[in-house]
Amino acid sequence: MNLSAQIDRFGLNDPSFVALLQAGDGDAFEKLVRGQAAPLLRVGRRFMRTEEDARDALQDAFVSVFKSIGRFEATARLSTWLHRVMINACLMRLRAQRRRPEEDIEQYLPRFLDDGHQTESSVPWCESAESVLERMEMCDLVRSCIDQLPGTYREVLLLRDIEEMATEEVADLLGITPNAVKIRLHRARQALRTMLDPHMKTGRA
Amino acid sequence: MSNRPYITCRELIAFIVDYLDGNLAADALHEFERHLAVCPSCVAYLASYKETIRMAKAAEEPPQALHDDAPDDLIVAIVAATRR
Repeated sequence: MNLSAQIDRFGLNDPSFVALLQAGDGDAFEKLVRGQAAPLLRVGRRFMRTEEDARDALQDAFVSVFKSIGRFEATARLSTWLHRVMINACLMRLRAQRRRPEEDIEQYLPRFLDDGHQTESSVPWCESAESVLERMEMCDLVRSCIDQLPGTYREVLLLRDIEEMATEEVADLLGITPNAVKIRLHRARQALRTMLDPHMKTGRA
Repeated sequence: MSNRPYITCRELIAFIVDYLDGNLAADALHEFERHLAVCPSCVAYLASYKETIRMAKAAEEPPQALHDDAPDDLIVAIVAATRR
């Protein structure tokens, strides 16, 4: 069976494919790049703010895969490992780009009276996520609101809610405590909710 | 009927992450739901918070992603970079 047929039949996580990669087989690596570039580039586009940065992160990720595939343990899933290497490549680039002081997230958090009640009552949203997101401009609006979040909060939101990583995994990746992940996630979601609130209360983008 | 005071909106909102992750202990869950039963504002807040998560997920992963493929020149460049 040739390599392509083998991957098609057994998938990316087939141990014999991993063995070829670890042996430095150029064709196997090319097959990996051709098969995985698109899904990993989608991850890069979520994290990075420009197409060029997403492409650069993808290149970083594959170079890193090429260098460290020997240390990949065959008990893990290759697809999970690739996803994580790509996220790491994005985080490294985002960190290098983070120059200006982060915007204060406090302005987007709910306010409370001394007795613990909300200063301003929340009112129900008029439309569901599904109906609103059928309109392309709302997708753009949600993405631009996520981009307005301070970087440390945006990262946690993307890792937990979009990439669906576990709290402990995110904590490990960012070198912070699980509790800090939960606090940042909660603040990021609250801030995003505040940004969307005026559009959703009226049902108009 | 209990005469215990209700938790505040501030306390309820602080519990939301654990509530959604299913990590609230039984007594905290009971207090969370007792507050929700009498506070339309927190009901609206919780619903819109959950909707926010769904919208973020859906907006970042549109069903028909634009530029779905990785450009061939990029693939060629990556393969070349690792064969040097």
